[in-house]
Amino acid sequence: MTNQSVKDDAGALGSASAAPSLRARRRAGAWRRTRRLFVRVAELMAVLFLVSLGTFALLSLIDTDPAVTILGEGHTQADYEAVREDLGLNDPLLERYADWLGSAAHGDLGASIVPPYHDVLDRIMAALPVSVELALLGVGMALLFSIPLAMWSAYHAGGRIDRWISAGTFSVLSVPSFLAGLLLIWLLSNGLGWFPRAEWSRLDEGLGANLYHAFLPALTIALAETALLTRVLRSDLITTLQEDYILAARAKGMGTVHIMFSDALRPSSFSAVTILGISLGRLIGSTVIVEYLFALPGMGTLVVGAARTGDYVTVQGAVLVIALIYVATNALIDLSYGYLDPRVRRSHA
Amino acid sequence: MPLLTRLLGPMLLCAGLVILAVAIGGIRNGGWLQVLVVVIGAALLFNGIGKVARRRFGPHVDVTAWLCAVWLIVLISAAVFAPLLPIGEHQDLAATLSEPTMARPDLLSAHPLGTNNFGLDLLTRVLYGARVSLIVSIGAVLMGMVFGGLVGIVAGFRRGPVDWVASVLTNSFLAVPPLILLIALATVLEPTLQNIAFALSLLATPSMIRIARASTMALAEREFVMAGRAMGASNLRVMVRELLPNVALPLASYGMVMISVLIVAEASLSFLGLGVEAPAPSWGNMIAEGQGRVFEQNPHIVLVPGVVLFFTVFAFNALGERARSRFDSRAGKL
Repeated sequence: MTNQSVKDDAGALGSASAAPSLRARRRAGAWRRTRRLFVRVAELMAVLFLVSLGTFALLSLIDTDPAVTILGEGHTQADYEAVREDLGLNDPLLERYADWLGSAAHGDLGASIVPPYHDVLDRIMAALPVSVELALLGVGMALLFSIPLAMWSAYHAGGRIDRWISAGTFSVLSVPSFLAGLLLIWLLSNGLGWFPRAEWSRLDEGLGANLYHAFLPALTIALAETALLTRVLRSDLITTLQEDYILAARAKGMGTVHIMFSDALRPSSFSAVTILGISLGRLIGSTVIVEYLFALPGMGTLVVGAARTGDYVTVQGAVLVIALIYVATNALIDLSYGYLDPRVRRSHA
Repeated sequence: MPLLTRLLGPMLLCAGLVILAVAIGGIRNGGWLQVLVVVIGAALLFNGIGKVARRRFGPHVDVTAWLCAVWLIVLISAAVFAPLLPIGEHQDLAATLSEPTMARPDLLSAHPLGTNNFGLDLLTRVLYGARVSLIVSIGAVLMGMVFGGLVGIVAGFRRGPVDWVASVLTNSFLAVPPLILLIALATVLEPTLQNIAFALSLLATPSMIRIARASTMALAEREFVMAGRAMGASNLRVMVRELLPNVALPLASYGMVMISVLIVAEASLSFLGLGVEAPAPSWGNMIAEGQGRVFEQNPHIVLVPGVVLFFTVFAFNALGERARSRFDSRAGKL
C-alpha cells in the first residue's frame, strides 16, 4: 500500500526497538515533529514560489501594451520599442522573472508604470497598515458580537431566540459585503448622520478620530464574520455544554455566566479559530471591497485602481505581498492548534 | 378552539395575499408606507404558507427549501425567456430617450420595478443581469466540477507523486485570496463573459479537487472498491465505475454552495468596475450605480438588484447546505 508509506515511515521510527524506552520514544517524537515542520516549510516555499511565478507569468500576458499605457497613443514605433526595451519586456519570461524576484528579495518591487510613477513598495507600505487595521478591527468586533450571541443561542438551543439567531446569521451570510456596506452607509451615515463616509484619518492623527472613521467600514467587515463565528461557536458550545465537567460545575453552584466564560468558552473555540483561518481569504476580499466602497487608502483601493489602469507592476507587487501575508497567517493558524488543544499535538504524532 | 387553530394558517395566508394586493394596487406611490405594507403582507403570507404546509404534509416539511426552489425556478425561467417577455429595454440607451428616468417601482405601471438614470427598465435589467450571473457562475462551477473532479479522483486514487503535484498546485491557487486572484485576472483579461467564467472556474477548481480527493481517499478503503479490484477491474475501471458515481454526489452538492459564492464573486467584480461593463447589466454594476448620493434619493436603484441578489444567493446557499448535510459526509462536521 503506497498510500500509507509516509505514516509507516514515521511509525517505524517510533517502534525501532521492541520495547523502546520512554526517552527513545520522546526523541523519536521530537525528530518526527522536526521532520514534519521541515516538510511543511518546504511545501510553503514551493507554494510561494509557484504563486510568485504564477502572478508574474499571468500579468505578463496583459494584452494592453505597457508601452502604450506609459507613453499614451500617437508615438512612433521606435519610441514604444525603446520603452519596452527599457522595461526589459523583450527578454525571455524566466529571465525577467528571475530579475523581478531578485529585486523583490531586496525590497524593490519596481515603480508604477502610470503617473505619478511612485515606487510600488512605498505605496504598499503606506496602504498596508490601513487594511490590516480594518481587518483586525472587523474580526475584533465580530468576536465581541458573536461570543455573547453564540452563548445565548447555545444555552437556549432549540428555543425561539435561538431559531431567530440561526435564521439571522444564515441570512447575513447571503448578503455580499458591498451591499451590506451600502445599506450601512445609507442607514447610519446618510439616514441618522452618526458616522462620516468616505473619509479616513490616520492613526497618528489621534486614536479617537481614527477609530471614529474606521467604525463603519469595520462594522461592514464584521457583519459576515459575526454570522460565521456565531454559527460555529454555537454548535461547539452545545457539544461542550453536555460534558460532565459542566454538570459538575453547575452542581457546585457556579453561575451560568461564570460557567459560560470560564469553563465552556475555551474548549469550544477551536473550530472558531479554524473558521477564522478558512475565511481569511474572504476577510481579505471584503476588506478590499469595503476600502473601495468607503474610498479608504488601503491595499484594496491600491490594487483595484492599479487593475483599472492596467498598471501591472503595482498589481504584481500587491498580489505578492497579500499572498505572502495570507500564506504566513494560515501557517501560523495551523501551528496554533497544537498550542490551543493538546489533543491535536498527540493525535498527529 | 380547534377550529380556530385549523383555520389560522389559511386565514394568515389570505390576509397576507389581501394585504399584498392592497399594497400593490391600493396605496400606489405610497413610498415607504407601501414597502412596509408589502413586508408585513409577505411575512403573514410566509407564516400562513408554513402553517398550511405543516398541516398538509406533516410537521417536518421544509417550507424554506421549497420556497427557495420556487424562487430559483421562477428566476431561471424568467431569465431564460427574458427576450420573449413583454418588458422594457435593458441596455440600448437610444431606445429609452422618451422613457421616464429614475421612476419609482410601481407594479401596475409600465416599469414594475422602476427605471434607472437612463430610463432603462430595472425589471428587464435584473433579468438580463440574472442571465449573466447564472451563465457565468453555473458554467464556472461545471468546469470546476469536471476538471477538479477528474484531477481529484486520480490524485486521491493513485497517491504518490501525482497527488503531491496536485496538492501543491491546489495549495498555490488557494494561497491567493479569491477576490485578489480575480482582480489580477481582470487586469489581464478582457471582461467578456467567457473570460469571466474562466476566471471564476479557477476559483472553483481547487476546492473541487480537494473535495474529490478527500472523498476518493475515504471511498478507496471501502469494500466495494476492494471487491471490484478482486474481480480484476483495472485502475481506470475502478475510478470510472466505482469511484466517480460516488464522488459526483458530494461534488454536486458542494457545487450548489459554490454557485452562490461565485455569484457574489462576479457581482463584486462588476461592482468594482472590473467585470461586466455598463450599460450591459449585471447585478454588481447595477448596485454600483447607486453609490454616492444616488442611493439616498433613489433607494430602489440599489434595493431592487440587491434584494434579487440576496434572494438568489440565499436560495443557492440554503439548498446547497441541505444537499451537503445529506450527501457529503464531511460537511456534517463543520
